[in-house]
Amino acid sequence: MTEHDPEKLNVAPGTPHDSMVSETISYVVGLGLALVLTGVSFWVASTGVLWGPGVATGLVVLAIAQMGVHLVFFLHITSGPDNTNNVLALAFGVLIVLLVMIGTIFIMSRMNANMMPDPSMMNLQMQR
Amino acid sequence: MTAGTEAPMVGLTHLSSEDTGLGQRGPQSKSIVVPYGFWLFVLSDMVLFSALFATYASLVHATDGGPTTNQLFDRNLVAVETMALLLSSFVCGLAMITAKRGNMAWTQIWLVATGALGLVFLGIELHEFSSMIAEGAGPQRSAFLSSFFTLVGCHGAHVTAGLLWLGTMMAQIWNKGFKEHIMRRLLCFSVFWHALDIIWVAIFTIVYLIGTLP
Repeated sequence: MTEHDPEKLNVAPGTPHDSMVSETISYVVGLGLALVLTGVSFWVASTGVLWGPGVATGLVVLAIAQMGVHLVFFLHITSGPDNTNNVLALAFGVLIVLLVMIGTIFIMSRMNANMMPDPSMMNLQMQR
Repeated sequence: MTAGTEAPMVGLTHLSSEDTGLGQRGPQSKSIVVPYGFWLFVLSDMVLFSALFATYASLVHATDGGPTTNQLFDRNLVAVETMALLLSSFVCGLAMITAKRGNMAWTQIWLVATGALGLVFLGIELHEFSSMIAEGAGPQRSAFLSSFFTLVGCHGAHVTAGLLWLGTMMAQIWNKGFKEHIMRRLLCFSVFWHALDIIWVAIFTIVYLIGTLP
């Protein structure tokens, strides 16, 4: 980030650079961020100092952040005008993925909560 | 007016030559269209995986008295797997950088490293699968294990296919050089490989880390 090079400042993290060095640096930054997020994920999962019920949510947030890092630094998804089609396709994909996952998990957990027979009854059925 | 002369009127752009900022007439070049089409495939692949994830999340507690996630998964192995795949993805990016500049030796070296790290990942995964099956925790043991082997096995199958594709690309670059269509194929491969790493992020978080929380 040097001030006498305004073109460098206008380049989004993932877009191809002219210089081999700056392009490599972009990948190294991406790798660094991914490593940090992975490390934090494993630390969050094994430490006992965090509030237990929130750990799973925190892990999901960390995973989504890392997916973002991969998309920007490795897959070069940017907000540039030549990327509009890719971003729109990605948005649609994310919509479908969220619908499938949240919809299934929500419906199946409600069905389990409403229809799961009492454990004692299950034992009776098994003894029959 | 014939259909031929009407055709340019269709779409967002008009016959006037002024730049409306809405793009240009006619199809984009292959270097835009091919990666876009492949990106659509990758996204549809992620939709496929979302269905497998939803299945797994619904069945993860259906262990039928068999082994549970906490008894089966080894976090250290998963950490090594994650490292291998992440580094493989990174090295694949380096291969793309050198390939764009037509450097044959470094491109092949980085691609070999990509494949080697992919093989490390696959080897650990196969070791995990075989030891699980040897313990009697195979896919037929419970609904949880069926969905586990389907989800993680599907990812592993993708990695295997990616490795075969990688070998093909290395041979093609070696024989035909950095021609335009070869570069397009290489770009599609790198998109595929990075996408597999994204899916692995979801797998190691949802399956392995959340599955082994105390």
